[in-house]
Amino acid sequence: MSKVKEVLLNPIFNDNPIALQILGICSALAVTSSLYITLIMCIALTSVVALSNMFVSLIRQHIPTNIRIIVQISIIATLVMLVDEVLKAYDYESSKTLSVFVGLIVTNCIVMGRAEAFAMKNGPLMSFLDGIGNGLGYSLMLIIIAIIREFLGAGSFYSIEIMPLVNDGGWYIANNFFLTPASSFFIIGFTIWALRTWKTDQIEEPEFKISENSLDAERRTA
Amino acid sequence: MLEAYLSIFIKAVFIENIAINFFLGMCTFLAISKKIQPAIGLGVAVIVVLGLSVPINNLIYNIFLKEDALFPGSDLRFVGLICYIGIIAALVQILEMFLDRYLPALYNALGVFLPLITVNCAILGGVLFMVERNYLFSESIVYGLGAGTGWALAIVALAGITERLKYADIPEGLQGLGITFITVGLMCFGFMSFGGISL
Repeated sequence: MSKVKEVLLNPIFNDNPIALQILGICSALAVTSSLYITLIMCIALTSVVALSNMFVSLIRQHIPTNIRIIVQISIIATLVMLVDEVLKAYDYESSKTLSVFVGLIVTNCIVMGRAEAFAMKNGPLMSFLDGIGNGLGYSLMLIIIAIIREFLGAGSFYSIEIMPLVNDGGWYIANNFFLTPASSFFIIGFTIWALRTWKTDQIEEPEFKISENSLDAERRTA
Repeated sequence: MLEAYLSIFIKAVFIENIAINFFLGMCTFLAISKKIQPAIGLGVAVIVVLGLSVPINNLIYNIFLKEDALFPGSDLRFVGLICYIGIIAALVQILEMFLDRYLPALYNALGVFLPLITVNCAILGGVLFMVERNYLFSESIVYGLGAGTGWALAIVALAGITERLKYADIPEGLQGLGITFITVGLMCFGFMSFGGISL
């Protein structure tokens, strides 16, 4: 039971795919300008990771090692095609907004990375849970970014107006910077800073240590 | 005529830079940008693979997948994704064997980056944009090369900045990944200034 919990919850804070594993960043930046679109993307990605992990794990004994990448990719691409078709059928507007980014789940490194690192070595159920966990870690990060961007950029939360905009006779002047994708770089950067201040073991060792200022050292001894 | 191609190229390199404006290939972009030398190798590999895979997929799309392409009433666009990724994977594999046989120097320089390119979203992204924008075959060659050049330019620039940042006194939690994100954010502003150019 504790293993299940670990597999499911570890990727959320301790081993977050975006903040620590550097996986799946492309979509985190491009689709986070409104919360609704972000949620669709999160659901799509979580289901693809979980299912692809499960299927790869089911046939892992039968995949020859030197063609495993292409086998994994065909499983992933099939699942993504299904998700894409479902989305087009039920929510055409959002699928237009997401444009190529649903298709790009195929090359989203989270899916590939988890299939390669976890599903090839573990049983189907555990792999499925690992997929869900990583999907949740990814979703958490995206939802944080999307909330900040939508709130400051459009004064709303899930399309519900919270701060009335000046254009509609309110008082809030929308900060257009947060509508540009560049803002998500800063938000992710600072989120990583916050996360690593909390979980100090994730701090990276600097390549180059700045030696103490010699004057300071002298002053201290004096 | 030449002007149209030139404008596609300039647009793909600067105005709609595939790394900075569409955030494709970000994972490798952030992970391999610590030193300039590997960044250049990866950049060249991306230019070559994009320059080949975009035109080839353009042919596949126009000959097989497009509406009414095979026979009147056929529409195979829904299997597009798996075709494109299959062709990219095959192409990378062939390119690897070719380079190993005929250009071993370049092969050694590219090293492990070549197989990794299969799952680089910049390649698939470039192909999907080509399909979305309905480029002609000749346009797709120019677009592929332009998109690759733009990506290479961005990663070499970022590697240059990161190399200098080594000596900076960065707060503990921000070291490594955190500061790289913020640097790329600032680079975004630089590239945004190209946005005003209309061709």
